[in-house]
Amino acid sequence: MSHSAKASEFLKDAAQSKWHDETLWFVRDKRDTISKTIPEWEQLRDLASQIKDNVLAHLDGYLVEFEKNAQKNGIKVHWAKDAEEHNQIVLSILQQHNCQAIVKSKSILTEECHLNPFLEQNGVEVVDTDLGERIVQFLNQPPSHIVMPAIHLKKKEISALFHDKLQTEKGNEDPAYLTHAARLHLRDKFLRAKVAITGVNFGVAETGEFLVCTNEGNADMGVHLADVHIACMGIEKIIPRRKDLGVFLRLLARSATGQPITNYNSHFRSPALGKEIHIVLVDNGRTAQLGREKFKNSLKCIRCGACMNTCPIYRRSGGFSYGSVVPGPIGSILSPGLDVKKYSSLPFASTLCGSCSDVCPVKINIHEQLYEWRQEITKAQGTNAKSISMKIANGIFAVPFAYKVSGALMRGALKILPDSITYSGLNTWGKQRELPASPKESFKDWYKKNRS
Amino acid sequence: MSSRDSILDKISSIKVERKPLPEIPDFEVAEDLRELFIRSIEGNKGEVIDQTQLKEFLEINRFIKVICLAQEIKVTANLALPDDAHELNDLEVAIIQGQFGVAENGAIWLTDENMCLRALPFITEHLVIVLDEKTLVSNMHVAYQKIGDQHAGFGLFIAGPSKTADIEQSLVIGAQGAKSLRVVLTNL
Ligand code: SF4
Repeated sequence: MSHSAKASEFLKDAAQSKWHDETLWFVRDKRDTISKTIPEWEQLRDLASQIKDNVLAHLDGYLVEFEKNAQKNGIKVHWAKDAEEHNQIVLSILQQHNCQAIVKSKSILTEECHLNPFLEQNGVEVVDTDLGERIVQFLNQPPSHIVMPAIHLKKKEISALFHDKLQTEKGNEDPAYLTHAARLHLRDKFLRAKVAITGVNFGVAETGEFLVCTNEGNADMGVHLADVHIACMGIEKIIPRRKDLGVFLRLLARSATGQPITNYNSHFRSPALGKEIHIVLVDNGRTAQLGREKFKNSLKCIRCGACMNTCPIYRRSGGFSYGSVVPGPIGSILSPGLDVKKYSSLPFASTLCGSCSDVCPVKINIHEQLYEWRQEITKAQGTNAKSISMKIANGIFAVPFAYKVSGALMRGALKILPDSITYSGLNTWGKQRELPASPKESFKDWYKKNRS
Repeated sequence: MSSRDSILDKISSIKVERKPLPEIPDFEVAEDLRELFIRSIEGNKGEVIDQTQLKEFLEINRFIKVICLAQEIKVTANLALPDDAHELNDLEVAIIQGQFGVAENGAIWLTDENMCLRALPFITEHLVIVLDEKTLVSNMHVAYQKIGDQHAGFGLFIAGPSKTADIEQSLVIGAQGAKSLRVVLTNL
């Protein structure tokens, strides 16, 4: 199903989609407010971007340095070329420890590798321990946002779900009550798990240490109680020096949720006495993306989610409409690199307004890359008409939703919005100080020019 | 070829323009560090208290399961650290010495040395960190300069209690980790 078809699904519940839109806008607003308290904010974004440029230019060297230092610290380092190998490595570690139940904390990479279903098929119980992730796991859904996994759900639904799964009182929708029930449920899982899996926010080449940042403390509850910690890390998460962390930690949480730092920022350098730490370094399409000159910058992403919160399409269409592990603007430039046919409609799910690039803490030129993907996809239509032309046509034609919003937002109309769409979220957006520049050509113009 | 070598080979075969690593300036903040730190901790839903208030907190709540690792704090009941962190599950209060604090965000640096058991600051119901206000630094750049090449197996910047907003964005304190954070600022 194309992005637009799924977006229409989401929009059927008007009240909920309006709430979704406004809530994410509120988070974006918090990001703006806090970033303005840092006079050097723009300079920090430049630094972060330059550090990541350097990383992408020397990735092999940094990976080798990271591996060497991590091994020196007693960490076991594994390499996986793709999702399958990653999953096999994880499974073999679990088997060595006769482990049949694990706890896992927010890791988009393990989502990307579909680790959960793989482990479950092999008889391992997997418990996601981030509250939002546990909620979507109970529902058999993927996260709909990379920082706020359950943002598409209302407390009423979560209350009913917890009544069913955790025997909470029927109809009790109090978030504190529901969170407490989840706390007790997860505490029990933490105390039993012998192996804990986490993602990685940053790996430091200079020291061989890696960082995991959370607000709930769930990653730490898992790993410090378990005997074995498996950290799954995309190869692009490397940074050169410890002091670079200063730049990234100042940007990450402020961009993500508008808070000055996540409450827990754990630096893992060597295992505690008698315990084990494993790192799995995963490629899974990253080297291919690095080889695409126009798109390699997408690998600078630190997964803060700011581009989603600001995106007029994401806010109104919901994370599931993208059908990719990472949704939103960044997902729309990463996913076609993995499977251009499957994700051909994503680069079109954008107004090219540029707001994503404006907020991105590592200054990825997201909207320009979206435009470039459109070119690539359209080009592919001409050269390989038989195999993918229909898909591509779907990509272009089946985007009435994106098209409509584009129409409203793009035709030189950032300043004067039609009354029909002047509700608060959009309005605020229009008034925004960091007003995105109007794109040079409208989607319609662009499409006319490019379809032939 | 191993996956390691094939990944590294693939990367080295890609010609990416070499870009220098930038130097990072200090960006010193001029503000009163103590005041900024207190504001940051409060913003993160923690509390800054003094030793008398700590005493009251412990007495009023009649905590019995308390572990205190901060030398300058004397508590009447003080449990010994168990060998196995699982035994900390019903711990009510942990009192830990912090190494230094960061004013811009309230983050406090702890390492293995301060925690003894890495699970301690997470599994305890309430966490108290004792911090000498003379250790405060302005921002994360200075913080990492201060850490320098310190070698700890585990290091933690902790800035508040465990929290979540995963249910309709309503902030709830006390998700999976400690339900509260109190920072005792001392000046010796
Ligand atoms: S692309 Fe930029 S804004 Fe979007 S999630 Fe990544 S770092 Fe954040």
